[in-house]
Amino acid sequence: MILIHGDESSPRLAPGDPGFDEDMGAWFAYNQSLIEGGHWVSGANLAPTSSATTLRLTSGQAPEIVDGPFAETKEQFGGYYLISAENLDEAIELAKKLPMDSGSLEIRPVAFRPDAG
Amino acid sequence: MTTSAEIADAVTRLAREESGRVLALLTRRFGDLDAADDAVQDALTTALTAWQSGIPERPAAWLYTVARNTLIDELRRDRASRRRLHEAAPELTAHHATTETEEEDDLIMDASSLGDERLRLLLLCCHPALDRDTQVALTLRLAGGLSAAEVAAAYLLPEATLTQRIVRAKRKIRDAGMPLTIPANLDERVDALLRVLYLIFNEGYLSRGAEHVTRVDLITEAIRLTRQVVDELPASAEAEGLLALELYHHARSGTRVDGLGELVLLEHQDRTGWNLDGITEANARLHSAMTRMAPGPYQVQAIIAGHHANARTAADTDWGAIAELYGQLGRMAPNAVVELNRAVAIAMADGPRAGLAVLDRLTGLNEYHLFHATRGELLARAGRPAAASFERARGLTSNEGERRHLERRAAETSGG
Repeated sequence: MILIHGDESSPRLAPGDPGFDEDMGAWFAYNQSLIEGGHWVSGANLAPTSSATTLRLTSGQAPEIVDGPFAETKEQFGGYYLISAENLDEAIELAKKLPMDSGSLEIRPVAFRPDAG
Repeated sequence: MTTSAEIADAVTRLAREESGRVLALLTRRFGDLDAADDAVQDALTTALTAWQSGIPERPAAWLYTVARNTLIDELRRDRASRRRLHEAAPELTAHHATTETEEEDDLIMDASSLGDERLRLLLLCCHPALDRDTQVALTLRLAGGLSAAEVAAAYLLPEATLTQRIVRAKRKIRDAGMPLTIPANLDERVDALLRVLYLIFNEGYLSRGAEHVTRVDLITEAIRLTRQVVDELPASAEAEGLLALELYHHARSGTRVDGLGELVLLEHQDRTGWNLDGITEANARLHSAMTRMAPGPYQVQAIIAGHHANARTAADTDWGAIAELYGQLGRMAPNAVVELNRAVAIAMADGPRAGLAVLDRLTGLNEYHLFHATRGELLARAGRPAAASFERARGLTSNEGERRHLERRAAETSGG
């Protein structure tokens, strides 16, 4: 799993903005390369954290519903890829190719996959 | 009849020289670093009693065979228990039907063809996904064959802390799927490996603690591991440059501390006490590295160390050339400590005032004891008050030899 964290306050291009098509093109090309390399499982860009709702769970109590993201930090979780990779080095190489120039990418193995033998 | 001291020696040698290679080989074959490490450690312990009737002719092959048999036994037990579980509750184990073959062919221990097993393990220990302290601990423990107690003693850490660090690292290696392979981008990884080896060397060279006599000889360990890297990466000019650098420093290490445990400055060292064989080998290594025409910071530092080691008297030292080399080093990677060394070289070449002028432009070293010690020395040589600088430096170092030296310099320059 590659978790994509970035600064939400940096301007985002909207459809029709100059450069939008190039920007999206880079992501589509990346997705295509994952698919062609047999690494694609799933992936998505998430709506901004202003749309987030957090449920805080405490044992024995009803969940507390909170407006906003889990962590108030500069870099927010903004999207993810679930990929198939032989090992960490391959996952790092794939993550390096993401068309991003700032932010951080957290790579975490999936601990349990229902489809795994 | 073999004495227990001889056996202990042979086992230590086996652990240091061969256990890394054996561990890498077993890890690759069985796919489980943790289990392989346990098996190797057990086999080393077994050797202490098993070898009483005689030390085997090929200890590495013995180690491999004993550890491998342990792992195979574990697999068998594991498989047997899985079979029993499968019979009792087939629905739970449907996916886990045994697939591994009963492959037990003897792997011939041919040292010449297994060189890169050791490199694989060294590179795994220095994987960039591990933090620097962990890289150092793993390199000494897994590739260097030191016990957790020895590594802990060398780094003045409680053994439990060190053991925890290694356990966590092994878990991350397993869970994150860090491969035991030689990476495609070898240069980047070799840089990390050389940096770790140099850190180990430096820790031995200027130990932070007072009790350095009782500590594992990290200098020798670092040199031994660097030699392995040079053997396995003969094309790397920087690996051989690092080896030359370590050999130069090591050749002088016998004269760095006097009989009372005080640090002796380079210019006052007894040059007849330097290890000439070490310097000769370092010269050859450096020459061999430089013929590859791939300069790098370790080679430049080795050239500097070579200038010092090959000067017959302190007065023969070519300080102008050394100042120029520190300039080069600074251009490769700007660094305040390098600038500090350049200031010393300039002071030696052109006088203390020229050196002080460089120091005055330096920032960011206020908490670094050698900055204040150097400043004190140059001030004293320029005939200016220096005791406060020596005092400041003394307060910032924990090395006992250095403390004594700085205390004496502070006393000599106070109220003068």
